[in-house]
Amino acid sequence: MTKPAQSIITFENVTKRYGKVIAVDNVSFSISEGEFFALLGPSGCGKTTLLRMVAGFENPDEGRILIDGKDVTDTPPNRRPVNMVFQSYAVFPHMSVRDNVAYGLTVEGVGKAERLRRAEEALALVKLDGYGERKPDQLSGGQRQRVALARALVKRPRVLLLDEPLSALDAKLREQMRFELTQLQEKVGVTFLIVTHDQDEALAMASRCAVMNRGVLQQVGAPSDLYEFPNSRFVADFIGQVNMFEGILSRDDPDRAEITCAELTTPVFLDHGVTGAAGSTLWIAIRPEKIELKGRKDGEAKPIMEDAPEGANVEPGFIRHISYLGSESVYEVDLTSGRRIKALRSNLTRWDQEDFQVDQPVWLAWHACSPAVLLS
Amino acid sequence: MSRSRPGPLDYLARWPLRAWMVATTVFLYSPLLTLMVFSFNNSRRNIVWRGFTLDYYAQVLGDDSLIQAFINSLTIALISTLFSVLLGAATALLLWRFRFPFKAGLEGGLALPIVVPEICMGVALLVFFTKVLPWPTNMVWPFNLGVIIIAHISFSFSFVASVVRARLASFNREQEEAARDLGASEWRTLIDVILPHMRPGLVAGGLLAFTLSLDDFVITFFTSGPDTTTFPVKVYSMIRFSVTPEVNAASTLLIVITVALTAIALRLQGSDGAAATAPH
Repeated sequence: MTKPAQSIITFENVTKRYGKVIAVDNVSFSISEGEFFALLGPSGCGKTTLLRMVAGFENPDEGRILIDGKDVTDTPPNRRPVNMVFQSYAVFPHMSVRDNVAYGLTVEGVGKAERLRRAEEALALVKLDGYGERKPDQLSGGQRQRVALARALVKRPRVLLLDEPLSALDAKLREQMRFELTQLQEKVGVTFLIVTHDQDEALAMASRCAVMNRGVLQQVGAPSDLYEFPNSRFVADFIGQVNMFEGILSRDDPDRAEITCAELTTPVFLDHGVTGAAGSTLWIAIRPEKIELKGRKDGEAKPIMEDAPEGANVEPGFIRHISYLGSESVYEVDLTSGRRIKALRSNLTRWDQEDFQVDQPVWLAWHACSPAVLLS
Repeated sequence: MSRSRPGPLDYLARWPLRAWMVATTVFLYSPLLTLMVFSFNNSRRNIVWRGFTLDYYAQVLGDDSLIQAFINSLTIALISTLFSVLLGAATALLLWRFRFPFKAGLEGGLALPIVVPEICMGVALLVFFTKVLPWPTNMVWPFNLGVIIIAHISFSFSFVASVVRARLASFNREQEEAARDLGASEWRTLIDVILPHMRPGLVAGGLLAFTLSLDDFVITFFTSGPDTTTFPVKVYSMIRFSVTPEVNAASTLLIVITVALTAIALRLQGSDGAAATAPH
């Protein structure tokens, strides 16, 4: 699939303050045509404010927002080529489903026949054909959300904005809607900009994400970039599970580096160079699934990782807790320093879960390319 | 089958609660029933039951001054309700939608007509209309009712505002934003989304204003003139001579009309009020 790299929304140094609180702090990035873009972050990080600024419900104190290259900073919400699906869905309770969906066209002055045809089309798109006569209080929460979706899409917006669209649904329905939203987006080809605090949601649906924290844009990238190559401790910690160690850069060559961590018995060996001054403090992050468990007997020599010098990237420990999750098991292991870390192991066969027991001594090993190095 | 605890509806089967029910009903309705029953009493003195008659209803309907008072009351109630609803709704919207200096003051001041004793309001309005805004006398009907209408609006619109304000508190602001997002101007949003939500409040507030105006005595007494008598004031003047069944008959008619109007209004509201009050 080839995407035109034309940017549809551009944030230029956007800042928004509420009194002394900075909700959005000098944010700049752009979203391309056809993307499924997620704004991700903990509550209060400014992601919703950013979305509302695109819709026009808030105005930036500094900077500007471009839609299709046009500055919309002073354009009122009813004149912007974007439409929004609200967190509460905000379906009009006194109107039938059809009138709800057609409302945007009615306001626009579209003729009745055309209006009804497009409303039916939009309802079919969200699989609500035949529900036009109903009142919103006769619908379930999921159906009301579909009405909100149809109502926004019927206007053929350049960008569809979705504010925490799945947060009010139960777990099963949420899974289903994730899938349906991505399908819908492929079908209509409209750029989606979604706000969520749920990282699973963002990783599963989005083609690209922006991670925000306290109003500051932390990182923009594809889900796999954010997961495998986080640029800060915040992103590493916020996206997925992670074991983080503070350390000092003790050796740095173009093709190898070593980081000495107080909580580990041997320096962490990396098969690539690090951009940082020798002796400076930095952090390494290792995902639980990238740590391998091996049985250990008393007095046994350390196993050797083939991509690291002898003894490096292998740590002794004791299993303290096991969470069996069906497809995988999470092992909590205490290192000799007392630090507890998590290792994840897929249950490839039906007997794998019996390989390790609580209090069993084990080796923890990882490849030289697995730890992510974080400078901040 | 033995039961240790009665269900919620079984409590009505126990004698103390039945007695309670009966007592409540008696205290609520016996004065009204007495009034209605004695409107058919064939006795001028109206103390002892002397047999059934409809004579006094005929007398009431033949009494021009009483009919005029009744028409006055209805006219005043209708006009003052209309203005109270408009003014009250606008005030409620203002307080709900905007932030401005002295907003808390206005919000508190709105409750004044509700808490100030009616007699004080009456005196205040009397002074107001003699000293500040002298209403020209000898105007044609219904303009001669202007004083009473303004007086009634001045206290009933705050009731409307309170009711509508309470209703607006349950409005989901995202609906307003949704309408704006779909292309509606602020004005259009008000008409299409906010007003429908306000409607139950407008109906309830209007009913309140209507009944308040219809049966107001104290304030009207201070602001009415010889040609602008309302029904309650007229009844009061009739009682000064003697309590005849004529008074009972007139009051019964008023009760029936008020109840009927309220029922109709509630019916109108109920037919589509259900959707308007649905959760968002």
